Amino acid sequence: MSINRDKTTLWQLYFSFFKIGGLTFGGGLAMLPMLQREVIDKYRWVTEEQLLDIYAIGQCTPGIIAINTASMIGYRKRGVWGSIISTLGMVTPSLVLITLLASVLTHFEESILLQQAFGGIRVAVCALITQSVITLYKRSIVDFPTLILCLVTVAGTIFLQLSPILFVIVGILFGLVVQNLKRRKAE
Amino acid sequence: MIFLLLFYEFFKIGLFSIGGGLTTLPFLYNLAEKRPDWFTAKNIVDMLAISESTPGPIGINMATYAGFLTAGPFGGLIATLGEVTPSVIIICIIARFLDQFDKNPLVRDAFYGLRAAVIGLIIFAASKVFSVTLFKAGSIRGLETLLFFILLGLALKFRKVHPLIWIVLGAALGLLLKLPS
Repeated sequence: MSINRDKTTLWQLYFSFFKIGGLTFGGGLAMLPMLQREVIDKYRWVTEEQLLDIYAIGQCTPGIIAINTASMIGYRKRGVWGSIISTLGMVTPSLVLITLLASVLTHFEESILLQQAFGGIRVAVCALITQSVITLYKRSIVDFPTLILCLVTVAGTIFLQLSPILFVIVGILFGLVVQNLKRRKAE
Repeated sequence: MIFLLLFYEFFKIGLFSIGGGLTTLPFLYNLAEKRPDWFTAKNIVDMLAISESTPGPIGINMATYAGFLTAGPFGGLIATLGEVTPSVIIICIIARFLDQFDKNPLVRDAFYGLRAAVIGLIIFAASKVFSVTLFKAGSIRGLETLLFFILLGLALKFRKVHPLIWIVLGAALGLLLKLPS
């Protein structure tokens, strides 16, 4: 992908991604409508198709999808600096908001009411994470080998306390080997 | 020194969590086990709740929060910068040299296995969230567990409802029932 320099300034990149970061809840897919409005409709930095490609790349490279997407659009406009500045724009609202919230909450840690509210919030988090697991499971466990890998990962992390990093590496190698074997068998 | 260590730990999280959002969760639990003086498993559940109910990417919100608990406001900044640095480096390299990275057959093969491992890691993280919330000293907390099944049923039925709503509902029920039991 080539750098497509025009009159886009680093400030424009910073401010656009600041807005996207500050106005979308959850990142990832939830960010797409806001991205479309800013980078396609308003500034025409990329086309609809390019945005979907960039988004797809963001999903399969290490790191947070929202950051990868910002970083790549920034790179296309202003090279390495564009990438850095877009990323900083994206994280600024989180930094400010979370730092404020975290300081307020740690200050009132002893409050009984806050503890009760968080008692209920934790239960809601349990429900939300279960909902995510169900959705992701349907998309990720597609056959017998993937089921086995998933079970081995769960057992290895819960019972043997092995590092998640190990399973990320194992997962990649597993995918390469199993898909290769499947193809050979088909031939 | 703490800041250098914080940057290093979150750099690793940014480098190995592929797919964003919840995928950083197992790494945070791993870190809490390794460095219990930084933050605890219980802290992580609260972090997740706050990150889901505030604007911004969940992974970034959690990194800022975790860094804050470890070393104050500057800690939050360093953890966040650590987590995004691998992204910026890798994306610049890919943008420069690899067009259509996502359509590469090797990348697709790798993802077939990676996705299965990542769901396993998220189940591991979920087990930690469950153990601090629904269990206490080896026994089940009845009220919380009942509430969990009710909320889960609702969340599965009304999928379009924003997570924030469930979290606010959870907070209201927590106050009403005086949780944790």
